[in-house]
Parts: sequence; structure tokens; C-alpha cells
Amino acid sequence: MSASKFRGYRRENGKVGVRNHTIILPLDDLSNAASEAVANNIKGTMALPHPYGRLQFGEDLELFFRTLIGTGTNPNVAAVVVIGIEPEWTGRVVVGIAASGKPVKGFSIEREGDINTIAKASRQAMEYVQWASELQRAECSMDELYVSTKCGESDTTSGLASNPTVGNVFDKLNEMGATTSFGETSEIMGAELVCQERAATPEVGEAFMRTFNAYNDIILANKTDDLSGSQPTKGNIRGGLTTIEEKAFGNLQKIGKKSRYVGVLKPAEAPGGPGMWFMDTSSAAAEAVTLWAASGAVVHLFPTGQGNIIGNPILPVIKLSANPLTCRTMSEHIDVDVSPILNGQLTLDEAGDQLIDMIVRTCNGRLTAAEALGHREFVLTKLYISA
Amino acid sequence: MIQFLVHEKTDTVGVATEDIKAGQVAKGLFMDTQDPIEMKALKDIPLGHKIALTDFAVGDTVIKYGHDIGKVVAAIKAGDHVHIHNLKTKRW
Repeated sequence: MSASKFRGYRRENGKVGVRNHTIILPLDDLSNAASEAVANNIKGTMALPHPYGRLQFGEDLELFFRTLIGTGTNPNVAAVVVIGIEPEWTGRVVVGIAASGKPVKGFSIEREGDINTIAKASRQAMEYVQWASELQRAECSMDELYVSTKCGESDTTSGLASNPTVGNVFDKLNEMGATTSFGETSEIMGAELVCQERAATPEVGEAFMRTFNAYNDIILANKTDDLSGSQPTKGNIRGGLTTIEEKAFGNLQKIGKKSRYVGVLKPAEAPGGPGMWFMDTSSAAAEAVTLWAASGAVVHLFPTGQGNIIGNPILPVIKLSANPLTCRTMSEHIDVDVSPILNGQLTLDEAGDQLIDMIVRTCNGRLTAAEALGHREFVLTKLYISA
Repeated sequence: MIQFLVHEKTDTVGVATEDIKAGQVAKGLFMDTQDPIEMKALKDIPLGHKIALTDFAVGDTVIKYGHDIGKVVAAIKAGDHVHIHNLKTKRW
């Protein structure tokens, strides 16, 4: 077994992070400019611009706040400056993040203008980033980690090798007492009954099935053509996948063989304890990974076949691939090459140990490929139109 | 070197990890037990496609990942190429 300790940042609420970001978080689209100006003024801080935060309502607005507050609360973040157009919603985000005990302050632009706001927020950001720069890493154990997974640009090598490698790691992490999460609600179509059986209790399985059916109903209500012919896709079929069941089981390899999920999470909802959790997410990479970051995940495992290059501003995304062509032609995007599984030179168990080793190195501070390349996809999930 | 992998001991198909030619005796490996297996290919099996490990009659179920991935719609012999011409989803 690989190393089971790493050096992370233990935050005010006891949660463990592996990065130490000071972020400038805009409440809304209008505040992106000021947030980016502050991040430009104060080196070592990072702005997280996004297109929403105005005239949302109902469950969509709740998801919006959960995502922003969760992003600020994530243990990979040391301190937060929130900038919004008006004080009320800005204050709601600040209060939400402050519940974690970490330093956070809000600034609103109305009756100040951009320039005064930028000046005040920059002074605060400077104080935070200098404070954060003196925080020290401490020894942490694997049971303090929260790891999420989703795959992208999958091909036959994903179901054969890279997804089962993640499954091997999920089984090991869950045995160590870590927190893990998977999702991609729509991609489970074809394997939903088996997924339901993998729940820890019948009640949790029923909660999964309700979530699955609700997502499916939305897809069916909004579809513009007959979906029965679109799964598997033409590309999947050319690659050798025959049925939707086969495709779905390939995806579900990521949850391993032994682990059972202990609960079903709303998008961006934080798990209530250790063990594996199902989260209701889109299967679009950047949207889903942003939701996991907002739920508090500190490392993400991303198996890819053809080479999805996604990253996230605060959540290190570790990429693995078993496709030799992808590992050769897109090597700068791949953290772990598990293609030797295909010719029998590497077992799944050995590949899993290699991936755990990369998790530990990443937790200790190694930049992932996506981090080094500057991939900071921050994409909020929007449930429906604004008012 | 091997030419195909089988996920689980109970699976009835393997997956080609390189192009397999008709007539070739392909070497395979069960991923869970690491046991070796050999199969004479009756048809070309392209990389990523499935090779039958047993004979199937119409209506039989094909097992991969230890799970039901669909029903046989045209008879299959061990070593055949298994794909959309002889395997269909049970969904629709």
C-alpha cells in the first residue's frame, strides 16, 4: 500500500485542504471586472469570474448560493474577498462562508463605484494573501480527504482500464475511511438498477432512483429528437461499444467493486460524513467538477479516453488515461498513464497504487497538469431561466 | 503480450486491446484473477471490440463487467465478433 499520510492545510472547521488559495469571488456577472482588477493588483490571489447571480429565483437561486458559498468554504481556500453589485446578496454569501470560520469580507459596488471598491477590496485581499502565505502544512491522514470523480471524452480504454483504476482507488479510499463522491446522473442510464443496488440501504437506493428519474424526465421533456438512437453514440459504436448498458457499466466502473454509497447529495451539497456519496450532477465536465468543488472535494480524479483537458480553479483535477495515443499526443494533460494495463503489463491493483501515489503527491503540493496549464474552468450549473 | 482482456471471470465476452485477425489464436487475460485464456478468432476483431468466449443462441444474455449488457439476436460462436449485428440492448 502506498503512503497514507500527506501534508495538508487543516482549516478552522477541522476540514483538510491541499491548496491555499486566496480567492476574489464575484457575487454576480457585474462584479467580474472589479474582482479581476483586485486579483491583478494583489499577486497570489485568484478571481473566479462567472456569468450569473442576477434575478435567479427558487431552487435555481438556492443552488447558486450553495455553489458560491461552498466554493468559498472549500478547504483548498484560505480566505475570501466577495464583491457584489449590492450589499444584501453579497452579505448572504459572506455569512455563508464565515460559518466555516475562515476569513471572509464582502464589498458592494453601489454608492462606491468600481474604483473605490477595487481599492478597498485590494487592501483586504493583500492582508489575506499575506496571512495565508504564512500558514503551514501539517500532517494529515487519508481519512481526512474528500475525493470526487467523473470521466470525460471516454472511449473503450476508459471502461477497460482508466475507470476501473479509479474504482480500485475508490475501494481503497473508502476502506481507509475517506469521503468520496460520484455522479453524472444522466450517464448512469442503462445501469441504474445496478447503481440502485449499490446503495448502502434500500432507502438510499430509492433516493437515488428518484433523483435519476427526475433528471431523466427533464431530458425527455426538453429533447428535440428521438434519444433511443443516440446512446451509445456513433463514435461509441465505432469504438466497439454495442449497447447503452455496456456503456453505462463502463462508466460505473469508477465506483469500484466493494464500496456502497451512503447517501444522495443535491448538486453542490456537502457530504454529511465519510464514505461514498452519489451527487446529482450534469455529465458536462466543468459543470460537474465545479459542483464537487462547491461540495468541499479537495482532489478530483478524472479518467479520460480521447483527452478531455478540464481543470478547476480551486480543485486539483488529476487526469489518467489508458489510451496510448492520447498519452503520447497529449502528454502534457495526463498525470498518470495507465495504458500498460492494455497489454497486460500492469494490473488494476498496481495502477490503483500508482494513482494513490499521485493523489498523495498532489496533496503534498505537486501541481496537476491542469493546474500547470492554467485550466480554471468555473462553470455554474443553472437549472432554468432567470426572472 | 496479450491481444484481449476480460473484466471478470463470469464474463462471456472479452475486449480486443489490439486488432485481432480472423484465424489468429489470441492470448487474453482475466483482469480480476490474472488467469490467462486463449481464443481462436473466427472474424477480425478491431481494437476495442468484443470477442465471444462461448457459443450463444438467439435470446441468450451477454455478460460483461459481470453484468447483463444485452440479448443475442443472431447466433454467435466462440471466437466471433460480438457487436450491433448480433447483440442488442434489452431497453428498446
